[in-house]
Amino acid sequence: MKPEDYDLEADVAWCPGCGNFSILRALKMALADLDIPPERLVLVSGIGQAGKLPQYLKCNYFNGLHGRSLPAAVAIKAVNPELTVIDVSGDGCMYGEGGNHFMHTIRRNPDITNIVHNNMVYGLTKGQASPTSQPGFRTPVQVHGVFEEPFNPLAVAIALGATFVARAFAGDIERTRDILVEAISHHGYALVDIFQPCVTFNRVNTFQWFRENTYYSDHDTSDRMVAFEKSLEGYGSGKFPLGVIYHAEGDGTFEENLSIYRGDATPLWRRRHDPAKLKALIESKRML
Amino acid sequence: MKEVMDDVALVLCGEAGQGIQTVEALLIRAFRATGYHIFSSKEYMSRVRGGENSTLIRVSSAPVRAFVDRIDVLFALSPGAVDHLRERINGTLIIADESFGEDDAVGLPILEEAEKLGGRIFANVVAAGAAARLFRVGEDVFDNAVRSLFERKGPEILNSDLRAGRKGYELGEKLREHLRVSVEPDPSVRGHVILNGTEAVGLGCIAGGCRFMSSYPMTPSSPLQIFIAENADEFDMVFEQAEDEIAAINMCLGASYAGARSLVATSGSGFALMEEAVGLAGMIETPVVIYIGQRPGPAVGLPTRTAQEDLNLALYSGPGEFARAIFAPGKLEDAPEITAHAFNLADRYQVPVFILSDQYLADLYYNLPEPEIGVEEEYHISGTDAGYRRFRFTEDGISPRGVPGYGEGLVRVDSDEHDEDGFITEDLNIRSRMVEKRNLRLEMLRDDALAPEVWGDDSSAVICWGSTYWPVREAIGSSDAEVTMVHFSQVYPLAPDTRELLESFEVTATIENNYRGQFADLLKLEAGFEVDHRLNKYNGMPFSVEEIRKFIGEVFA
Ligand SMILES: Cc1ncc(C[n+]2csc(CCOP(=O)(O)OP(=O)(O)O)c2C)c(N)n1
Ligand code: SF4
Repeated sequence: MKPEDYDLEADVAWCPGCGNFSILRALKMALADLDIPPERLVLVSGIGQAGKLPQYLKCNYFNGLHGRSLPAAVAIKAVNPELTVIDVSGDGCMYGEGGNHFMHTIRRNPDITNIVHNNMVYGLTKGQASPTSQPGFRTPVQVHGVFEEPFNPLAVAIALGATFVARAFAGDIERTRDILVEAISHHGYALVDIFQPCVTFNRVNTFQWFRENTYYSDHDTSDRMVAFEKSLEGYGSGKFPLGVIYHAEGDGTFEENLSIYRGDATPLWRRRHDPAKLKALIESKRML
Repeated sequence: MKEVMDDVALVLCGEAGQGIQTVEALLIRAFRATGYHIFSSKEYMSRVRGGENSTLIRVSSAPVRAFVDRIDVLFALSPGAVDHLRERINGTLIIADESFGEDDAVGLPILEEAEKLGGRIFANVVAAGAAARLFRVGEDVFDNAVRSLFERKGPEILNSDLRAGRKGYELGEKLREHLRVSVEPDPSVRGHVILNGTEAVGLGCIAGGCRFMSSYPMTPSSPLQIFIAENADEFDMVFEQAEDEIAAINMCLGASYAGARSLVATSGSGFALMEEAVGLAGMIETPVVIYIGQRPGPAVGLPTRTAQEDLNLALYSGPGEFARAIFAPGKLEDAPEITAHAFNLADRYQVPVFILSDQYLADLYYNLPEPEIGVEEEYHISGTDAGYRRFRFTEDGISPRGVPGYGEGLVRVDSDEHDEDGFITEDLNIRSRMVEKRNLRLEMLRDDALAPEVWGDDSSAVICWGSTYWPVREAIGSSDAEVTMVHFSQVYPLAPDTRELLESFEVTATIENNYRGQFADLLKLEAGFEVDHRLNKYNGMPFSVEEIRKFIGEVFA
């Protein structure tokens, strides 16, 4: 397929120049490379500028609640493993409001891809700090500047046992496309945290800033300890590494571990219950 | 010698961890096999060890289905048991362990014998054996009950428990000098099923085509979670314990969007966390069934007690305005059918549907010939073509529901206001039409509403909903007052002719396990009907037959 096959005539509500446009472009390219037909594709998102992305791409989508996209995504995949399920959210949505789900979804290891637009700010609500905002970042409510430690999604994901963890930069569409292709192809949960400049509310972490403060790393991505060290870079000192940070063969996915799919791949929603079995269950209450 | 005819209220009381539930399970099996009608209901403290817990078992020659305050025979298995039940002790034959030194009790060496058999853990089976003997349960019938309960624990444990049962049986002989019970077996009981309220709802979930459940543990909804989890393999269901209630209901909505009928079970505080997603269900017109096992609030309240306090919570939950339905089954006979119907309605109208239960209903057991399940799973999902629009405007407000991957169409749902395609819109004209669409189906839900059950043809009425069904009915049946029972198992929306029905009575009273009279208020709001009297109970215990009878005597005499 071609990236244009996912085009829609949509009224895009993003600011001109926003990093989200590049992510949208890179995602369409990746989907085209992988030949995923729109009817088989479900994008799941929360609320925020990033969460609007599914609206701008030809696909099925479930735009749910702020922070709550992952539980829905996990369930969609569990009900119909034949679908390609991609979760698209912002850093506030995923790591703030949705932090608990982020943590537990990694533990579940569903075969979904989790793309997080990390602009280090809340865009849609006009510029408050996000969990990934850098110390010193001033906003209308963080009037003295952020003093909390930024949340480190990659380190958390690796610590929790995620087997695909990557960071991309929206300013580099080609490499972001490549990373997304790998992530979507990965068997199991895949996190792609994408640095995405918010040109309206983040005047600190600009395209230029990200270019200066990142580099593509070529470490051994199968070594978990090395990957973990890599994930700590950029926090406090040094530059943030880009690319696939950790990639290993995963164990069974959430869906594969569901007993209903052992020996029967029929998606759950196509199944009907057998009245005879219900009858037998009631009978068993007769013969206590 | 005390004599009790036909209908004996036996109470077993002990500490948590002593195995009172085992006694209950053994006796229910043994009594049923003997041909006695039984009813059991438990009350317990929120602790894993200690405290005082009791189980009421009514043993009767005729069907019994409600909680009574009366205690004819009390088995006190802990030193605090008699004190715990003091208010209900009146002419009660108390049987206590000798070591408690209880003055007015018949002493049995239950603990001593248990120690001899290998430890105190056998005390519960010894006590059950004694009770079985008292009620003239055949020795092999009791052995069989022990077998059916302990077989899966291996021969060693089973044999010890069989010995404990025999010992109790021996001790029970002595009790027959103090009490004569004359319950007559009814052969038909042996063909009956025994269910509790949780299982009754659970059967309905299966019959209603439930495919997916995610939940977070919370008493008294946990038993339904266990029921579904236990039966998931057999009935092609997924059960997932979510990280919290918010995840639980959002999972359900994802599952439902993908085509699986979904269920979430929780209790008041847990449901409070789900409210935002109830709004999401309304907005994306995605069916979900929400089971709320009510318990007293606010906040975490009395975790193990019963209440009917969350009607308003269910009714008003979620931001904005959209249609929903709320059911409150009152009896095991029709709880499966009502539950299955709830799943169908949720799918038919693409709305959230609630089932309000409570601790009392969830935990009570009684025998019945067979639950009714006349409802069959309906199919409301259709394949899509390329031009599919998930929220297409239709005359009745219901758009054909497609699911992703079934047909060429794309299924787009959005929590923001959206157009027919599911794309975000701020077009205020479309907004108005979508609001109408989401609310229009309330009228259809109303037309489909289950009519209240009217029992009797007297000129006055006691109005109730949910689990108070049998306590009210037995109270009316056993009192001189001439009163009709009007029981609502659908509490919202109300059947269209509710007002005419209620206006046909001269005097009316509502009976509710809450302080405010939430249903009485709802009758005023929805049916424009004001009841004359309200009986409200909110101490965490269910209504007993006696207190309702007393109230009826005062109001309707
Ligand atoms: C429960 C809830 N709380 C708050 C909001 C308001 N809200 C909408 S988007 C957003 C933050 C979005 O930030 P982020 O996820 O970083 O996405 P961005 O807009 O930057 O892409 C908030 C707080 C909401 N929609 N729901
Ligand atoms: S506010 Fe920021 S993140 Fe949102 S569209 Fe504008 S530039 Fe992009």
